[in-house]
Amino acid sequence: MSIGLLITQVLRISVPYLFAASGGVVAERSGIISLTLEGFMLTGAFTATLGAYYTGNPWMGVLFGIAGGMVMALIHAVATIRYRADQVVVGIAINLLALGATRFFLKLAFQSSSNSPRIKGLGGENSVTGLDNPLVWLGLLSVPFVWFILYRTKFGLRVRAVGEHPEAAASLGIPVQRVQYVSVLISGILAGLGGTYLSISQHAFTDNLTAGRGFIAISAVIFGRWEPFKAALACLLFAAAETLQIQLQGSHVIAGQFVEMIPYALTIIALAGLVGRAVAPAALGKASQ
Amino acid sequence: MSDRFRAQLEEAVLPAVIALLIAIVCGDLLIISYGQAPGPVYRMLLEGTWGNWYGFGQVLYKATTLAFTGMAIAIGLRAGLFNIGAESQIAAGGFAAAIVGIWLPAATPGIIAVLLCILAAGAAGGGVAAIPAVLKTKFGAHEVIVTIMLNFIVLAFLNWLITAHLHQPESLHTAAIRAGFLPRLQSFLPAFRGAAANLSILVAILTALALWYYLFKSRGGYELRAAGLQPEAAEYSGISVHNVWMKAMILSGAIAGIGGINYVLGYEHYYEDGFATGAGFLGIAVALVGRNNPFGVLVAALLFATLSQGGLAIHAFVPKQIADVLQAIVIIAISAAVPEVRRLLLAGRKRVAA
Repeated sequence: MSIGLLITQVLRISVPYLFAASGGVVAERSGIISLTLEGFMLTGAFTATLGAYYTGNPWMGVLFGIAGGMVMALIHAVATIRYRADQVVVGIAINLLALGATRFFLKLAFQSSSNSPRIKGLGGENSVTGLDNPLVWLGLLSVPFVWFILYRTKFGLRVRAVGEHPEAAASLGIPVQRVQYVSVLISGILAGLGGTYLSISQHAFTDNLTAGRGFIAISAVIFGRWEPFKAALACLLFAAAETLQIQLQGSHVIAGQFVEMIPYALTIIALAGLVGRAVAPAALGKASQ
Repeated sequence: MSDRFRAQLEEAVLPAVIALLIAIVCGDLLIISYGQAPGPVYRMLLEGTWGNWYGFGQVLYKATTLAFTGMAIAIGLRAGLFNIGAESQIAAGGFAAAIVGIWLPAATPGIIAVLLCILAAGAAGGGVAAIPAVLKTKFGAHEVIVTIMLNFIVLAFLNWLITAHLHQPESLHTAAIRAGFLPRLQSFLPAFRGAAANLSILVAILTALALWYYLFKSRGGYELRAAGLQPEAAEYSGISVHNVWMKAMILSGAIAGIGGINYVLGYEHYYEDGFATGAGFLGIAVALVGRNNPFGVLVAALLFATLSQGGLAIHAFVPKQIADVLQAIVIIAISAAVPEVRRLLLAGRKRVAA
């Protein structure tokens, strides 16, 4: 396999991570824990399939995928921001909800417990690289987009203020809760797009399609120190590890399970401060009063 | 009934009632969306769980596993720690119990074999939990993320051990244990025929009693709760919060690990990859609904086990995943309702006082 094809494989694998991690950076910088990315992605992947299947237009699938991610994000936001529910508990429940609901509605819509019928993809059917899918480029663009929002807009300034010191932000007249609502919705949109890429690029939704990718994305957010570009680098690193695992399959160099552990092990090492410390936004996980 | 007791009861029970009502409404909508009538489906759910001995035995079996993970998470939360790692701690515990059960000679006296297996399960679960405990107390790494990440690492490692070394041909489970069997309830009550419920439930109840005594009647438990409520104040009054956290986290992991015996010693008699998938996460819900009280956890475990088993009972009419959806809705609703109810009750009391 040529090095060029390897690089495109890394890129393709990284797309859902890039989308979801970019979303996770925004939500976490506003102080809301993003253990929900997995659920947002899975829901987006499923609703995108519904949209693409029933309209026959993959771009409608993209819109539906965004909507699916947003609906779950809204549930999370209302529970944790309006009702000040514990963000970790609700985050985990959102993932359980997404898994159960996509299975339930897969049965309802397609009478299957494993997969949807084939849906139309984006880009040419015969592309070797898969790079003619515009979602690949959108995924790459989501990184500078989030960076621009966070560091070059008034809204981004507010997001960072709210995530570091909500009381001070509130005393300056910043609508803390509204900023957090918008941040969580942005994470829902982006993670929903990440899920959309998964189902659209493989032309179908399959049960538990995301298979833990949302947790890899949140690892990337932490390993990338809550910075959009560093998180994106972490996404590429994790995608490279996954590519390695796929390439090594069958050879007996190293068991795939050990390569699977890499993102999680690196995140723990980063959190423990063994190689430079990962410091979370100060008010992360604390309900604002 | 004293006012204080009534207020506490309201605060404990109201959120659960609200959450159940919300879940029932959502359940209605899902059942109707599937073209069925809610009434008969709910009746089937109840008949398939509490309406016959087999269903009830299955509920008891599932509740046993959830009671262990729920108590594990509850003791962590009492100390101010969130152990999301029960998912892998129970797997590690089940694995260790199976290894000891396979290794022991078949002639080992039953009670000794069972105790050794339980000890191994607790040590394995506690060992897994020691990692986040050390990383938190020595390096300040937040236990939530570490335990989540560790779940993936431990489960991948166990998966490797099974697939690469220990599995029986054409399966993902180990050989059967030779010692350490916990008899099923059907050996005492024939009506439970076929149900998986076994004497592990007794271990769960004894654990709940011991945990209650430890939490509310012992000095260690007092320190643990103090560290959970006000770490700075506890430290100031001479309690080493880091020591308490180490102890609580390892104890939490050990209890989750012992949960593995329900499947390994009591039901299938081998370790199988993924045998407790979801039990750790549902344990969070169980602890939440049980208000971190060991006996509350037992009741909450029955509730969630009823939903799980009930999903199977209605599967011919509505996909069983409706149970997963409703469980998730209960978690979200109750975690939103708890702070809200507390606030509303507080506001109401202030108004009465004014």
